[in-house]
Amino acid sequence: MSRDLSDFRTVLSEDEINRALARMAHEVVERNKGASDLVILGIPSRGVPLAGRLADRVSSVDGVDVPVGALDVTMYRDDLRLRPARALERTEIPPGGVDGKVVVFVDDVLFSGRTIRAALTALDDVGRPRAVRLAVLVDRGHRELPIRADHVGKNLPTSLRESVKVLLSETDGRDAVLVGAADDVVHHADAGEAR
Amino acid sequence: MIRHLLSAADLSRSDATLLLDTTEEMLRLTEGRSVKKLPTLRGRTVVNLFFEDSTRTRTSFELAAKRLSADVINFSAKGSSVSKGESLKDTALTLAAMGADGVVVRHSASGAPYRLASSGWIDARVLNAGDGTHEHPTQALLDAFTMRRHLGDLDGRKIVIVGDVLHGRVARSNVILLNTLGARVTLVAPPTLLPLGVENWPCDVSYHLDPVLPDADAVMMLRVQRERMNAAFFPSAREYSRRYGLDARRFGLLSDEAIVLHPGPMNRGMEITADVADSERSVIVEQVSNGVCVRMAALYLMLAGADETADDVHEGAA
Repeated sequence: MSRDLSDFRTVLSEDEINRALARMAHEVVERNKGASDLVILGIPSRGVPLAGRLADRVSSVDGVDVPVGALDVTMYRDDLRLRPARALERTEIPPGGVDGKVVVFVDDVLFSGRTIRAALTALDDVGRPRAVRLAVLVDRGHRELPIRADHVGKNLPTSLRESVKVLLSETDGRDAVLVGAADDVVHHADAGEAR
Repeated sequence: MIRHLLSAADLSRSDATLLLDTTEEMLRLTEGRSVKKLPTLRGRTVVNLFFEDSTRTRTSFELAAKRLSADVINFSAKGSSVSKGESLKDTALTLAAMGADGVVVRHSASGAPYRLASSGWIDARVLNAGDGTHEHPTQALLDAFTMRRHLGDLDGRKIVIVGDVLHGRVARSNVILLNTLGARVTLVAPPTLLPLGVENWPCDVSYHLDPVLPDADAVMMLRVQRERMNAAFFPSAREYSRRYGLDARRFGLLSDEAIVLHPGPMNRGMEITADVADSERSVIVEQVSNGVCVRMAALYLMLAGADETADDVHEGAA
């Protein structure tokens, strides 16, 4: 990460992230009445390692191996034409597919809700799950669409002038959730880094 | 990313790698799923402007654009206004008036796509689908992609390209792109089928096939166009086949991991024997399916986003 994060304050430490994920794993199992028929799909980029961690914890809670994968939404985004074309990220649907399963999307930050809308559209082309749920590490508010999360690590009221950074050891070398001033004045939620 | 895809020489190593990585994802997205269509280019219009017949390349581009939900118009020279004497400029102005966002051009004149892209006649992105004896960049990209899938990173790999380099745009684009990606290319052809100045190309040249085969990681056989046979580029089809054809004996000289490519259409028995073309290490059919994905990647990267300079568009959309 090229940006200097020294002005950012930590809102979730490594331990707190671990505890939040452990609680979310229990919630997922409770809500689903077990871990059977679950498919956990991370949304790139940081949703993917989070999905892996959540799946590990769900598996250890219920003793069943939960299929885990990734769903890239780049080509389904509604702001595709507003920026230069972006590199695609990996989509990896587990071999059993999603038909008739309960899919749990995992993302790092829930903000405008537009990424999740794109993910729902992308999932249409993959199959027809029985239900779709959403687990996010941080819900920072400012929704622009009627979308909400089923499992939240931390509700974090923010201003649009703030930026939320999720750091994960898999991608950034350490675990932390930070809040600081946004790079530019943000006109709308969608212009933030974490959408 | 570049604005138009006119030449393999326009691609930096990072551009080429982005195209190949995007192709990889396109392949994953279309392989083995019920809906092979992506909504990405919905509402965009792609025109296939083919002044030269090429069913394979046109179909491949058409399928690629349709898989990305673009509207596709096929405009071929035969039976169109072009056969009535319309100039390239007037054709371009017509397409511009129809609101084409992307134009895929195949033309018998080298440089026609460049003319179209740089003339200011049309605002659309231009993709070169083969111009004269100049270039065929998407073919080179699909060849490189196929090789990368089998060989891994192409850096330091040894690639042998055999056949008509003089008239073949495929060879030129491949030499340029493979060199960009760090591979070492050897061209093998009779002296009459090598272009003037080939010694300045970033590759080795050999008149003999046998000595270069044992070291090769991939061998690409180019089609010998039948119309060349009467023009005294080589004495007879049989002699060409004997000296430069890939038969079972030569196939045996290759290492066990080496792969065989051919851009098609093949002349079985001429530059490649049937048993080699159908062998396990022939990836010729795979090249066709990879071609669709490479063209999807190119269309996506050139047409899906805003211009890199269009920051104001983003601001205004808020």
